[in-house]
Amino acid sequence: MSNRWTDQPDSKGHFGVYGGIFASETLMAPLEELSEAYTRYMKDEDFLRELDEDLQHYVGRPSPLYHAQRWSDHLGGAQIWLKREDLNHTGAHKVNNTIGQALLAQRMGKSRIIAETGAGQHGVATATVAARLGLECVVYMGEVDVERQKLNVYRMKLLGAKVVPVSSGSKTLKDALNEAMRDWVTNVDDTFYIIGTVAGPHPYPMLVRDFQTIIGREAREQIQQQAGKLPDALVACVGGGSNAIGLFHPFLVDEQIKIYGVEAAGLGLDTDKHAATLNAGKPGVLHGNRTYIIEDENGQIIETHSISAGLDYPGVGPEHSWLKDRGRAEYVAIDDQEALQGFHDLTRIEGILPALESSHALAYITKLAPTMSKDQIIIVNLSGRGDKDIHTVADIEGVEV
Amino acid sequence: MSRIQSCFEQCKASGRTALIPFVTAGDPDRSVTVPVMHSMVDAGADIIELGVPFSDPMADGPTIQRSSERALEENTSIHHVLEMVATFRRENETTPVVLMGYLNPIENMGVEQFATAAEAAGVDGVLTVDMPPEEGAEFEQICETHGLDPIYLLAPTSTAKRIGMITSSARGFIYYVSVKGVTGSQAPDLSEVENKVDSIRQQTDLPVGVGFGIRDAASAAAIGAVADAVVVGSVLVSKMEALGETPDRIPAAIGGILSEMRSALDKV
Repeated sequence: MSNRWTDQPDSKGHFGVYGGIFASETLMAPLEELSEAYTRYMKDEDFLRELDEDLQHYVGRPSPLYHAQRWSDHLGGAQIWLKREDLNHTGAHKVNNTIGQALLAQRMGKSRIIAETGAGQHGVATATVAARLGLECVVYMGEVDVERQKLNVYRMKLLGAKVVPVSSGSKTLKDALNEAMRDWVTNVDDTFYIIGTVAGPHPYPMLVRDFQTIIGREAREQIQQQAGKLPDALVACVGGGSNAIGLFHPFLVDEQIKIYGVEAAGLGLDTDKHAATLNAGKPGVLHGNRTYIIEDENGQIIETHSISAGLDYPGVGPEHSWLKDRGRAEYVAIDDQEALQGFHDLTRIEGILPALESSHALAYITKLAPTMSKDQIIIVNLSGRGDKDIHTVADIEGVEV
Repeated sequence: MSRIQSCFEQCKASGRTALIPFVTAGDPDRSVTVPVMHSMVDAGADIIELGVPFSDPMADGPTIQRSSERALEENTSIHHVLEMVATFRRENETTPVVLMGYLNPIENMGVEQFATAAEAAGVDGVLTVDMPPEEGAEFEQICETHGLDPIYLLAPTSTAKRIGMITSSARGFIYYVSVKGVTGSQAPDLSEVENKVDSIRQQTDLPVGVGFGIRDAASAAAIGAVADAVVVGSVLVSKMEALGETPDRIPAAIGGILSEMRSALDKV
């Protein structure tokens, strides 16, 4: 029996009114080819076995579910459990998806991989699997992001990827995505486009989600084993929303569990410098799907802002738009300063350096946990580690590294 | 009979290959667009494609992307584009105008409001690059009510099944994108174009226009030999970019390029 929370999307990629395929005609046949290959290989035992082995031995799964006891005591409310995606190979959840898509690319006989990246985590995760499978790799990255994520740019180069800085538009993630689409449409015969988040035209939002639900499936088992019960709340940061949907999806059926997606409020929701699409945007069409977007009064996409490059995106995965409208998940926002505080709190109290993206989720925990009782449980997705952000944090705080 | 339909019927009767130029509305500023439209008609354009600027033109190459950016720097909105068409119509009641762009600015305005305003302004067709017919049922219905033809693209990757589906949704003409790539791509392989145009014609009586990669009179003539219409964009937009500092020279320069293409097409 399908469940109303888990039977999305429909065969055309719709999550309610969201999702779908809004792409130029040249890409329609390749997208259909991808859908067919995906449907076929997700039932193929060899494929699933290889994916499973890679996740175990190459990525290092399952990732631990860690009880942050000292921090929980410190906040004096609910027990906080961290899903440690930061401990994955390459340091974030992104690799769960790139492994899956790269194996798919290989099965489909594509010799060239392209990707877009914001913070660089998805670019690194893509370059990593491309290196391992011996596939050519080109990563598109906005010029602004190239500048603020130098370490990841160098990592990608070391891994043999070509990093192409994108100078059009706002020179960030959305423009990198446009450029990757242009590459794909031009080199569609031999090229596989590994999209890094649960956005883009169908089947990407579904496919990326399915590869990321390993997070929630593990967490569901782990929390019952380690704490003896299901959690009361889930928290994850949302840019495009892949780490969030990966954690949320296997828990959607448990309607008593509260779900919070945390967006980037940047300099504040009342300014025009934020990236809180679900909090402050409205439905529109961008990057191949219908979803909430941030636009001006004429339907032009607006440049967003967040301290964290990985959340700096004017769209969001269509399934999140659907979950918001249906009231199954609540989307809140955390500003740059609060996120920085979250970064410091976890580092000082638990000895774990979180990514600035994940720090948004952590900052929301500091608001949420004290309102809950000590026998309640929150699982927060610690989606990535913060080494890449040390220069950003030091710059803001006037420290020379 | 719609303006687009009667335009193609007249072309057919006189053995003329239609010439369809594209420019982005509001590039390099809003005062240039209407004079350029008139000068294109004077130079032998049969249908005008007017680009509605969008911040994220995924299907366009660098030339048209930059033209979109210039138009947006001048705050050119879809309302301005419709005003330009209305102004053009005051002096020209016969040349069809097709708006080409992306879905979001239209949805932001409201499809019904857009279609009403477009009809009033004298727009004849609408091509939304990022909306395939699978997502277009409601849009098509609203367009039909307001006498607007939904124009769809076909591509080298379009399967026979898709060609069938799209030609049954399309009105006005079919726009065949001759190469895999973005606007401003390299020249297409002529025999491949011919084969594909043949396979499209097996499924529809609609005229077939071919675009992408047409840069000069010779390539226009070559494509014109196998198509009902040639669409030319990036080469005009490049010229406008080059003359950005002297916009008053743009209408004549664009007319000059099109005149050469027109004579080459007429010799075929």
